Amino acid sequence: MQNEMIANVSALLADGKVDRVLGWKRGELGWDVSPAVFHTPRELQQEFVYDRYCGANLSKYLVAECRKGGRLAIFLKPCDRPAFELLVKEHRISREMCHVLEVPCSGSYSYDPEAEEDRLDIRCAACEHADAHPLHKQVEDIEAMTPAERFAFWQGELSRCIRCNACRNACPACTCESCVFDNPASGVAQKAATNSFEENLFHIIRAFHVAGRCVDCGECSRVCPQHIPLHLLNRKLIKELRNAYGEDASLTAFCETDPEPSDVIGGGNRA
Amino acid sequence: MSVTEFRPKIVAFCCNWCSYAGADLAGTNRLGYPAEVRIIRVPCSCRVNPLFILRAFQRGADGVILCGCHPGDCHYSTGNYYARRRMTALFSLLDYLGIEKERARVEWISAAEGAKFAATMDDFVKTVTALGENRRLEDLRCKTK
Repeated sequence: MQNEMIANVSALLADGKVDRVLGWKRGELGWDVSPAVFHTPRELQQEFVYDRYCGANLSKYLVAECRKGGRLAIFLKPCDRPAFELLVKEHRISREMCHVLEVPCSGSYSYDPEAEEDRLDIRCAACEHADAHPLHKQVEDIEAMTPAERFAFWQGELSRCIRCNACRNACPACTCESCVFDNPASGVAQKAATNSFEENLFHIIRAFHVAGRCVDCGECSRVCPQHIPLHLLNRKLIKELRNAYGEDASLTAFCETDPEPSDVIGGGNRA
Repeated sequence: MSVTEFRPKIVAFCCNWCSYAGADLAGTNRLGYPAEVRIIRVPCSCRVNPLFILRAFQRGADGVILCGCHPGDCHYSTGNYYARRRMTALFSLLDYLGIEKERARVEWISAAEGAKFAATMDDFVKTVTALGENRRLEDLRCKTK
């Protein structure tokens, strides 16, 4: 598979059909594969890798790469495709500049150095069983708790957050030039030592920011060094928006007959 | 020493074209509404970024209410429709995180509904008073007394 891919893109480079290749680069330890840009067949031969650790979605790197001009070859796994389509749709990348090579995927893994074992990424565990989606199941489990239990559950998860911003940086739906979390005057830019609210607020904003645009790629959970199931926040929003507004629900659209907030979540208004 | 009664802090975002005038009308009609309510005038209900609401909670609000024009009556034609979707998504996320859903509310109040404004605020303040202090979304660093 890997050799076939190298041969294909080497031919594209040699023919001058593309100038650069976005792919995955071997790390020092085998499991620390990282996305990289390749310029020559020689580089590809030396460093290119495609194996079970190539979980990273390459689409977001196109935002920066497309600005540099030229034509790019990019490898997309089946679950990377929606992110790519979203970026094209939102005019963040130019479709004409990209030569897409679809590659099959048999699940991506992350290595856990403490347990010394490979872990299947959670999105992959769900991949082939769309009906019995464990993530849907998990969202429903959380919904079934009482508010106090839910709060305790999320505090337990979110208080581990170290505010490394990896979830923000990896998200293909979030490609803003400047970010509220980088603005020290916003009140939400740093990690608080006093109580756990800061993380809470961070994750509410992060999830809400991509509400209606999240492509459900699961990168946020995959890159989290603290293994927080961030994806469950996004999934809840996807589920809620779909239930209330139908399949292609978006926050930038509306319908005059939309339900009231109180009809959707209960409590609230008295009509 | 007497035990001081809990008085919640309520932030009400009111649309300039309807609820804010509705609050005025409640005043000119001499209809009282609780002094716990702090009104913030906004040009439209859709001007309210979800961060405003979170920030209010962070700084010590015990309840936040967003008042806008009735659907179909928006001064800018469609603002409140966007606000409606946005707040539905935000409130469901807050509920999912275990924050009491009664603390946030959306209400449509026109400029002619002074009585509704007063009644809504009475009811909201009662609800929030029963819930007690907002502990789950506060931030001790910037909470105002």
